[in-house]
Amino acid sequence: MNQSLALSHFTAALLFALFASVVFGITQRNTPRDMFRYGLYCFAMFVGGVFAAGWLMWLLRR
Amino acid sequence: MANPSTDKKTLPAAAGQPANSTMAVVAPAIGWLVPGAGHLIQKRWIRGLLLLASIVAMFAIGLAINGHIYRPNGGDILDILGFVGDIGAGGLYIFSQAMGYGQSPVSHAVADYGTKFMIVAGLLNFISVADAYHIAMGKKP
Repeated sequence: MNQSLALSHFTAALLFALFASVVFGITQRNTPRDMFRYGLYCFAMFVGGVFAAGWLMWLLRR
Repeated sequence: MANPSTDKKTLPAAAGQPANSTMAVVAPAIGWLVPGAGHLIQKRWIRGLLLLASIVAMFAIGLAINGHIYRPNGGDILDILGFVGDIGAGGLYIFSQAMGYGQSPVSHAVADYGTKFMIVAGLLNFISVADAYHIAMGKKP
């Protein structure tokens, strides 16, 4: 199968965060409101982790 | 006004209701084969569709960016762990193996992300299957 989709590293990380957050939100909480809030929290943690790791690598590179 | 005795027959098991032993076996099995179907069969439509969309999209994106799918006879312990993750995707794994997808070698960094996407899609489906089981057992609404 030839590659038909070209993603940047950042886009791949965002998609990963989105899909994983949806599943975590639905499976780890009991009410729709809590599911939504926990999904948002997970997404923020994933994306925040991406930026934190990015800045850490930038510091290490200097 | 709803009749409680009728509701017990027509609605899926909710928290506090007695467990449905047939559903406790069927829902996880179907949920493994088709991501989200364990929820759909218990009439959790929105949750089921969101799980289906997320897990299938993750697996499909992994394939589309040339990720690698592990086989059971990889030999290496990391290959076996990769296979355990991949097999969680159930029907998606079987379909892609049957079609011969995901067998090309990983040649660039984003393709390696594709490999991880498919492993994580399988692992997320394991979580989804466990959730479908808990719903069937009446431990979760």
